[in-house]
Amino acid sequence: MGWFLRFLTSSVGQKFIQGFTGFFLISFLLVHLAGNLQLLNPNVEVAKESFNKYSEFMSTSMIIRILEIGLVLGFFFHILVGTVLYFRNRATRPIAYGDRRPSKNSSWSSRAMMLTGSLIFVFVVIHLINFFVKARFQGETDMYTLVKAAFTDPLLSSFYIFAMIILGFHLNHGFQSAFQTFGLLGKKYEKFIKGFGTTFAIVISLAFAIIPVFFLIGLGGK
Amino acid sequence: MVLDAKIPEGPIEKKWYNHKFNLKLVNPANRRKHRIIVVGTGLAGGAAAASLGEMGYEVVAFAYQDSARRAHSIAAQGGINAAKNYRNDGDSVYRLFYDTVKGGDYRAREANVYRLAELSVNIIDQCVAQGVPFAREYSGYLDNRSFGGAQVSRTFYARGQTGQQLLLGAYSALARQVGLGTVKMNARHEVLDIVVIDGRARGVIVRDMVTGEIERHSGDAVVLATGGYGNAYYLSTNAKGCNTTAIWRAYKRGAFFGNPCFVQIHPTCIPVSGDHQSKLTLMSESLRNDGRVWVPMKKDDPRKPNDIPEEERDYYLERRYPAFGNLVPRDVASRAAKLECDNGRGVGASKMAVYLDFADAIKRQGKAKIEEKYGNLFDMYQEITDENPYEVPMRIYPAVHYTMGGLWVDYNLMTTLPGLFAAGEANFSDHGANRLGASALMQGLADGYFVLPSTLSGYIGGTDLPKVSTDAPEFAEAEKDVRDKIDRLMSVKGDKSVDYFHKHLGKILWDKVGMGRNEAGLKEAISEIRELREDFWKNVRVLGDTNELNQSLEKAGRVADFFELAELIAIDALHRRESCGGHFREESQTEDNEAKRDDENFSYVAAWEFKGLNEQPELHKEELTFEYCKPSQRSYK
Amino acid sequence: MNFNLKIWRQKNSSTPGKFVDYSVKDIAEDTSFLEMLDILNEELIAKNEEPVAFDHDCREGICGMCSLHISGEPHGPKRKVTACQLFMRSFKDGESITVEPWRAEPFPVIKDCIVDRSAFDRIIQAGGFVSASTGSAPDGNAIPIPKKDADLAMDAASCIGCGACVAACKNSSAMLFVAAKVSHLAHLPQGKVERKERVLNMVAQMDKEGFGSCSNTYACEAECPKGISVAHIGFLNKEYLKASLS
Repeated sequence: MGWFLRFLTSSVGQKFIQGFTGFFLISFLLVHLAGNLQLLNPNVEVAKESFNKYSEFMSTSMIIRILEIGLVLGFFFHILVGTVLYFRNRATRPIAYGDRRPSKNSSWSSRAMMLTGSLIFVFVVIHLINFFVKARFQGETDMYTLVKAAFTDPLLSSFYIFAMIILGFHLNHGFQSAFQTFGLLGKKYEKFIKGFGTTFAIVISLAFAIIPVFFLIGLGGK
Repeated sequence: MVLDAKIPEGPIEKKWYNHKFNLKLVNPANRRKHRIIVVGTGLAGGAAAASLGEMGYEVVAFAYQDSARRAHSIAAQGGINAAKNYRNDGDSVYRLFYDTVKGGDYRAREANVYRLAELSVNIIDQCVAQGVPFAREYSGYLDNRSFGGAQVSRTFYARGQTGQQLLLGAYSALARQVGLGTVKMNARHEVLDIVVIDGRARGVIVRDMVTGEIERHSGDAVVLATGGYGNAYYLSTNAKGCNTTAIWRAYKRGAFFGNPCFVQIHPTCIPVSGDHQSKLTLMSESLRNDGRVWVPMKKDDPRKPNDIPEEERDYYLERRYPAFGNLVPRDVASRAAKLECDNGRGVGASKMAVYLDFADAIKRQGKAKIEEKYGNLFDMYQEITDENPYEVPMRIYPAVHYTMGGLWVDYNLMTTLPGLFAAGEANFSDHGANRLGASALMQGLADGYFVLPSTLSGYIGGTDLPKVSTDAPEFAEAEKDVRDKIDRLMSVKGDKSVDYFHKHLGKILWDKVGMGRNEAGLKEAISEIRELREDFWKNVRVLGDTNELNQSLEKAGRVADFFELAELIAIDALHRRESCGGHFREESQTEDNEAKRDDENFSYVAAWEFKGLNEQPELHKEELTFEYCKPSQRSYK
Repeated sequence: MNFNLKIWRQKNSSTPGKFVDYSVKDIAEDTSFLEMLDILNEELIAKNEEPVAFDHDCREGICGMCSLHISGEPHGPKRKVTACQLFMRSFKDGESITVEPWRAEPFPVIKDCIVDRSAFDRIIQAGGFVSASTGSAPDGNAIPIPKKDADLAMDAASCIGCGACVAACKNSSAMLFVAAKVSHLAHLPQGKVERKERVLNMVAQMDKEGFGSCSNTYACEAECPKGISVAHIGFLNKEYLKASLS
């Protein structure tokens, strides 16, 4: 067990945790997105039925309950390790530079992972209150109507869209960064993986953001 | 005192072998009871400290840089020679030996040079084992190239950074020993004096350059591997911190100084661009393989180089040396460039430069090929001069590069002060009056990895070394000397900076003890140096405190020693009324301005003994005998 | 050319420092950055003020001693050069230039713009070597090394240990430095025997020295005067994982 602890407590090992949990969360995003895309069915009745069925399954199935624990742990460690590393890293430079020009040598998204991550965390909490808590703990069964009500509110849907843009930035760096952490960003694939990561980030955030837009502009029915 | 080089008996190829057998040994269990002080941790010092640590000695090492990885050995570009004969082109230990003695213009000790050639082979093996990434061929075997006009391919290299890679190899070996606790490394420490007890070197006085603390360190032997003294000339290719202090103090404590006037001036450096210039940058000798050197026929020709037609250019090396052309040895090429500039045909704003032109090579081989061979050098040139050498000829001029002279050592690398050893560029070395390209790295590593571990053990094993305490009066006296000198420097409170004096000293040396030397000039130089030295001690301004990091104080101490050394360089140059290697006496030349050696009167090593400041040092001669390489006048016509 | 300089002055490690404004005039454009500081120092000495302390030695870009953070970047605005090979023609006449030391907890300031980088030495001491004692080596050609591997090793080995990677990194991470050495030795057969211990020990020492972790911003590669690739960091990560698991 000694080696394992040493690995997990080393700076390199902790990056592995970040990359690993990050990938796990990305896979969750994909599943979540697949479910959500049912909302975009222009036939409101069909959309409503399939989405509510899916929601019921998600909030009652045993399998999902078990997976949920993994998800919670994934989030927990991703946030915990990210925060620990952030504060530890910040402490390595007690005196700041008088003249700092970070944009000359690195991208904003790579430097702002803590900021984008924190915003995503805030979003996740609000998102859970909006939907998850109601479905899981308050017995709400008509999730479709709930979503529709939420997203026809311009303020809330704007917030969701903004959060998805932030998520895009987070993913843009996180995706290829995880590959680099795993040592998989070899010369041959580097360009492809970075390109794929950016495309992936844009597609995911756009796909999620389309949903509030869809309801906001009235495509989900009045 | 009669100089005894302690050259072992027997045929030359058996000398080192026999000698190693005859040397006394130190029992492995006893080695840790012996402390060895190593000053300087470049190729020679780093290799010695690491190897001695591996053997089990307690080693204490000092370096003025912040890490052993920064020694100036790092700057060597071209490569390292070794008589491996991997190319099957007729190379051998004997040939490398012969070339080195001849290249040194017959002023080196045959036995030492043979040993150097012999060990060259082991150096490559050792470095490969350490993980030095030498250039490889597609077969996976080591690549070689020919260098500095050698007729065999015996130079091993790691891109243009051979010195760096070899140094990092030695540094990593040293780091390993530091980690294991056999070597105690003291970076940012400057050795300011040698402590002599009962006629033996038994310690050093050191200044911690961060705290300013003066420390005493005792040991059973002291190794000086502190590099060369080219910085006496102010402008040189040496690192800014390179200095003579440790070897100069050793000289003042009784070690003889060998051939101080043998200074190598490298022909291909980027010329001085203005008064602000702080150092000169070397462009690898390999450039002369393809570049053609020329000056305009007309004096003070104002035209741009590309506007000067072919028939109005003088390719003077090709004209004067049809057989070797642009590939004549360093000393010959440097002098020829000086001659052209002195005749008013120099180029560039300063008129102190000649062209090195690649136009023909680019036409013949294509730009891509030239870029592949010299790309990094061309980039460096453009970086510094803001001129594109693919389009306009490079401007080059000679610069002080390496000092063949140094502390006189016997075959064991021990100086005339028992217990004090000198290795690498710091000793008067194996290069005679002129060093061949790619041989400095070889010598530093041979001394450090292979010679010192044997000979130093021989000294320790064969000598009764009673314990000494750093409370001994000799330590107190040496420490007082050091403190007094620092106090004197600080208390002058004059109005001129250290650099002011250093630049002036450099100018005197460069003008009068540079590429061409004559009696009148040398005599002038000696009196000018003395005057300037007096002025220095009256008017230098050193600010800051002694008990903290103080770069002005460090510089002042070094320059003070350069002043004294400079005088010795000039005295040696004055006494050697012959031309040989890097030392060109204008009185001793042939009708067509070639160097004329005088074997009858000067076939010896001049070892100078300190007799007091402002006193004439005493000359001791180590007669050189050439059993194997019969001296001949070098000719490159 | 004229310049306004804002230079970090700090008497020693225990005294807090501050920026001081200076100006230099009539600087030739082919003056190197360090020579410009030499000129300033000569002027300061003439005015009886203590000159600015800064590390430098070879002044040809190979020793790694110079370590100035210039105009917001390690070694200044020009790519792939050290401060000593940075020339004033890279700046605009009249420009204001900030000069400060590397900033990182493991690189404490000794004086003015000089920092203590001995942490790097300790990382190498922890494992950045092949344990080949003098005299034990077989013939240099006994083990052929594919040219590709030798070249890769050389790419990594060209690190000059200046610390610009740490200075550039928002986390003061030394990963590029450590990775370069791990990668150099692991690509050669001679270095393979100890590769596992090497990467574990070097990373442990790096963490112990207090360097931050790698966030893959790649600022280190952008600022490295030798252009050492972050691919070596990826390689290190893999080495570390393998060494931990096996």
